[in-house]
Amino acid sequence: MHQLLQYALSGVTVGSIYAVVAIGFNLIYRTTGILNFAQGEFVMLGGMTAVSLAAFVPLPVAVAGAVGIVAVCGGAMEILLFRRLRSHSLLHMIVITIGLSIVVREAALHVWDEKVRSLPYFTGTECSSVRILGAAISPQVFWVLGTVGVVVLALHVFFRHTLTGKAMRACSSNPEAAMLSGINIRNVRTLTFTLSGALGALGGCVISPMAMTQYNMGTGLAIKGFAAAILGGLGNPMAGVAGGILVGLAESFSVSIMPAAYKDATAFAILLGALLVRPHGLFGSNGAEGAREL
Amino acid sequence: MKKTPVVPVGIVAAVLAALQLLATAFGREYYLTELIMAAYYSVVVLGLCLLMGYAGQISLGHGGFFAIGGYTSAILTTRHLPWAAGTDWGGWLQRAGVLAARQDLYGTDMITVTPTAAFAAAMALTLAVSLLIGYPALRLKGHYLAMATLGFGLIVYRIVLGSEFAGAADGITSVPPWRITPGLVLSGRRAVRVANYYAAWGFALLVVLFLIHVTRSRVGRALRSIHGGETAANAMGIHTAGYKLKAFVISALLTAAAGCCLTHYNGGIWPSEAGALKSVRYVALVAAGGMANLWGVLVISTVLTFLSLRGCFGTFDHAVFGIILIAIISLAPQGPLKPVAAWLRAAGRALRGGRAGDFAGARTHHA
Repeated sequence: MHQLLQYALSGVTVGSIYAVVAIGFNLIYRTTGILNFAQGEFVMLGGMTAVSLAAFVPLPVAVAGAVGIVAVCGGAMEILLFRRLRSHSLLHMIVITIGLSIVVREAALHVWDEKVRSLPYFTGTECSSVRILGAAISPQVFWVLGTVGVVVLALHVFFRHTLTGKAMRACSSNPEAAMLSGINIRNVRTLTFTLSGALGALGGCVISPMAMTQYNMGTGLAIKGFAAAILGGLGNPMAGVAGGILVGLAESFSVSIMPAAYKDATAFAILLGALLVRPHGLFGSNGAEGAREL
Repeated sequence: MKKTPVVPVGIVAAVLAALQLLATAFGREYYLTELIMAAYYSVVVLGLCLLMGYAGQISLGHGGFFAIGGYTSAILTTRHLPWAAGTDWGGWLQRAGVLAARQDLYGTDMITVTPTAAFAAAMALTLAVSLLIGYPALRLKGHYLAMATLGFGLIVYRIVLGSEFAGAADGITSVPPWRITPGLVLSGRRAVRVANYYAAWGFALLVVLFLIHVTRSRVGRALRSIHGGETAANAMGIHTAGYKLKAFVISALLTAAAGCCLTHYNGGIWPSEAGALKSVRYVALVAAGGMANLWGVLVISTVLTFLSLRGCFGTFDHAVFGIILIAIISLAPQGPLKPVAAWLRAAGRALRGGRAGDFAGARTHHA
């Protein structure tokens, strides 16, 4: 029984990180149609920057600083690159984000190095654990789950109840109409990239104590986050959360039945199966914004 | 085929022959090794070009097909089959050319499948897998198809990485040479390098010609109509699902064939060939070459792959690849050959005595 709980908790923890990446994917996808494969790089940059800053300033300041810096990077990406590429097809844009992710990864390798780093545990140490129903849980897990929960709630409030959030939703459902009602679409797009950058960086900071930070961690996260976004149904940030947790659970439970080497294979096989039954994701609907052509 | 593109084929063949002669003349024949590998990778990218550029369907899983081709060859040709030694039908299979007795590196006698039979098996397996994956996956649209194919590639990667029979993380080495015809052996030995160079590039050019033929035929027009608008194509009576599947299977088979050949040439195959990075790289090369532009894709993929394999950029290799990718796609989304070709045409017109204004005018027009 407590073994099941242990698997479930570790699945939810890993899954909530995928969820953060999936939310970032969905935010940008909704307003621009671009699948930003550099999303995993935001997570890596967030973790790396925070680790470097933590050498000089207290941990909370380092995390806040990292989130701010990566958010600016995200915004700059849109202003310097995507804003200027209006005549390009979406597939071109997507390949450009792949190129960007390669460049960012290699830049990180040369700025930092190939060593594995980590932030200190936010509370306790790597040895401390909390026992719940017989399962041992690191206190950092609560930080991860708490942060993701707060982010999801805050985003929900933001999209529902603030003018800027409503403007972003308007841009995703109908850009022309949004433009006609006086919304500055370009700025909304920049804001989306900034927000995704900040989210990714925050995720990178909270997982750093447990999952470690390394220059090449972004690719795997981008793939899993993409899988989570797709499984939930593209274009719906909240469905991405469900998708992320499902992918995480699939991964952690597959370890209990299959050899660990096949962990990812099992997770993706489940994902493929789900896609064949629900071609637009679990919570997506046919003909919704998710079915945008490349 | 309305007309065979004699001029481009001639130019490419001439350039390739000149490269070989220069390399030999200057004692730099080892450059040919990377060019041979680049030729096989170009075949993969060309196959993907049919699927992406013409049919408009993305695949982030072609590394998986490459690995299926390469690993099938490698496993079958390196595994000793003791049961075939004394039995009747073991001998029968040997006479049929399916099995052959040979000695391994240390002189131990072994009976393995011949490379030709292994190639046939690899093709058959790829055909089956691509039908099995393609039939359901191609019902998915856009990003969902991207995810499904990416997932397929990752599953193949995890299986070869985690399985003992595929050599796990070490891959498979000491794959024997493939004697295709007398005088043509696919192997990385120095003595047969020049022959291999022409064989590899002959294969790549044949693939280009085949794809040009396909894209100009009824199939090609159907694929382009799917790219333009699938619903409209369906309404015109085009069996879109069937054509998409055909394009998918053709590109998977080309990829697996290239995988087989490269495995014999390299004498081995490693899990990284199936990795997501490889698949993404193939997609990126198609995009950088201009999508529906076979010659552009051939040139770009050859140049970039050669530079990477050669290690021209040292530790900055990936970074330079990424920057070149971003630069080409943001500045010349139709592929860099189109602006260059337009410029050459305009220059030619100016040389033939056209007015000076023609030159600048045509240039801006085509760009």
